[in-house]
Amino acid sequence: MPETMLKLDHVSVNYGDVLVVDDANFQLRAGEWLMVVGPNGAGKSTIINAISGSAPYRGRISCLDRDIRSYRSVELARLMGVLAQHHGVGYSFTVREVVNMGRYAHTRSMFVSRSDADEAAIAHAIELTGLEPFLDQSVLTLSGGELQRTFLAQLFAQDPQILLLDEPTNHLDLAYQEQVFDLIRQWLRHPGRAVMSVVHDLSLAKSYGTRAVLLDGGRMVADDSVLNALSQRHLADVYRMDVFAWMRKMLTQWEE
Amino acid sequence: MTHKSSTGKISRALLLFPVLTVVVMLVSIAVGSVSIPLTDTAQVLWNAIWKLPQPDSMAVPIVLSTRLPRVLCAALIGAALSISGAAMQGLLKNPLADGTTVGVSGGASLGAVIAIVFGITIPGLPFGGVMVLAIVFACLSLIAILTLAYKLDSSLSTNTIILLGVIFTMFTSSVVSLLITFADDQIHSITFWLMGSMSSSSYLNAILLLVATLSCGLVLFGCSRELNAFAISEDNARHIGVNVRRVKFTVLIAVSVLIGVCVAISGTIGFVGLVTPHMIRIIVGPNHRRLLPATVFGGASFLMLADLVSRTIFSPRELPIGVVTSFVGALFFLALFYHARKRG
Repeated sequence: MPETMLKLDHVSVNYGDVLVVDDANFQLRAGEWLMVVGPNGAGKSTIINAISGSAPYRGRISCLDRDIRSYRSVELARLMGVLAQHHGVGYSFTVREVVNMGRYAHTRSMFVSRSDADEAAIAHAIELTGLEPFLDQSVLTLSGGELQRTFLAQLFAQDPQILLLDEPTNHLDLAYQEQVFDLIRQWLRHPGRAVMSVVHDLSLAKSYGTRAVLLDGGRMVADDSVLNALSQRHLADVYRMDVFAWMRKMLTQWEE
Repeated sequence: MTHKSSTGKISRALLLFPVLTVVVMLVSIAVGSVSIPLTDTAQVLWNAIWKLPQPDSMAVPIVLSTRLPRVLCAALIGAALSISGAAMQGLLKNPLADGTTVGVSGGASLGAVIAIVFGITIPGLPFGGVMVLAIVFACLSLIAILTLAYKLDSSLSTNTIILLGVIFTMFTSSVVSLLITFADDQIHSITFWLMGSMSSSSYLNAILLLVATLSCGLVLFGCSRELNAFAISEDNARHIGVNVRRVKFTVLIAVSVLIGVCVAISGTIGFVGLVTPHMIRIIVGPNHRRLLPATVFGGASFLMLADLVSRTIFSPRELPIGVVTSFVGALFFLALFYHARKRG
């Protein structure tokens, strides 16, 4: 059994009086790409927010067998990195400045210059994401896809062992979707790493995920291999429609 | 290569700021109701620094007793208010944030007015009561606003903070008006807080300001990397490993102390903390490692010039300095807004 990277025990989240996540229990093991799937309002993003510290939760979340609340912020950032769904940058930082900030948790003080390891991680992240031509450009002038790639590069520069991705390719071009998902799959080949991502698109979840957690109205419906979790019966229960028939119908349009 | 050359340009701009500040300082000391030639001014200052014998001229007391303390106070207050504004704009990721918009200035002036009206003093320190109460009220108002903001919206969104800050400022100014109606004999000194003035400057005040600006300024400068992350977004700061709560707390305390000290000495001077960081950001970019030091010099120069205008334009009548800064600030903002709209 591979090592458990992240574990949720009885995690619940309330927004005011509304219970958004109701008693979530699951694990993320090394080498896995866990897809968190479900219809709108299922609590997918909220689970990512709870793990990343943006939403207050009840229950216990542990990373490498230690409660995440007991980590110092920089320690946790070296283990776990997050790619948010929306990026509203406030000021005109350059792409290079944003990517460099990914090394925050590795550089002890602002008066110490970046180490060789920092420079190597930054160069590698820039190369992976193909950002070389944009480095000196202001992030305020980037397209949605370029901005997403900038923050992905920041995440690679941060060099964590666990990636938490919230709709990593939402509203982005198809070519870019494929590129990002292939990049992450490649990143995952390195031992001791794991990915957990919230994905709306069931086809993407099915082709890239190794396991899936299916949520509905904040409750876990399934936690299994992608094949079993996204079974015809489960999806019909959660989405209240014949998802399989729908997906096939959509695909047949492209057959010539 | 382009990256190298642009950094070079920025470092040269950074070197220009202290030079500009020294020039503005000399001019501000030289010009006034009695103008003293720049060379004489420089000579008097040079002699004073190296404890050389002074020539027997009227220029000596004017430079050393009247102008220098006032210009020093103006420079330090400009620096303190501007670095506070820059830090708040980064922390809250909002270019409209500064001590006035988040209610800290309002709280500080309420504290100062209470100290004047009720005659609260600290034995041995002439302005001690006013200063301590201004700082305490600055911190208290910040805590009150943040607690309320947190209750309303646990993510502490910047819009909530700014909205509450504006409401809080209205509230404090109504309490101040109430106090004024009951305190007719101190009306003159209270009006002074409300409009902002440099007329009570002294070397003692300059030293106090220097200590506050240096210590809090260094704390803020030490948070440069964290402020950069906050300026991108608070979530991004948390994701890359910034201890979000601790940094917020540190920055807000440093800003309250700075604004409290400034308000105690010169009353509320609007717009400096809002406008200077904007202008400096256009020149050196948003990175706080460059922005904060440059803002210190930019703010110092701006307020020395504003003070120069306030005491010379309708001489011998002196304008409240807040009138000058708000006038320039409002016009500047209009221009900025107009440009942004036209471009966007």
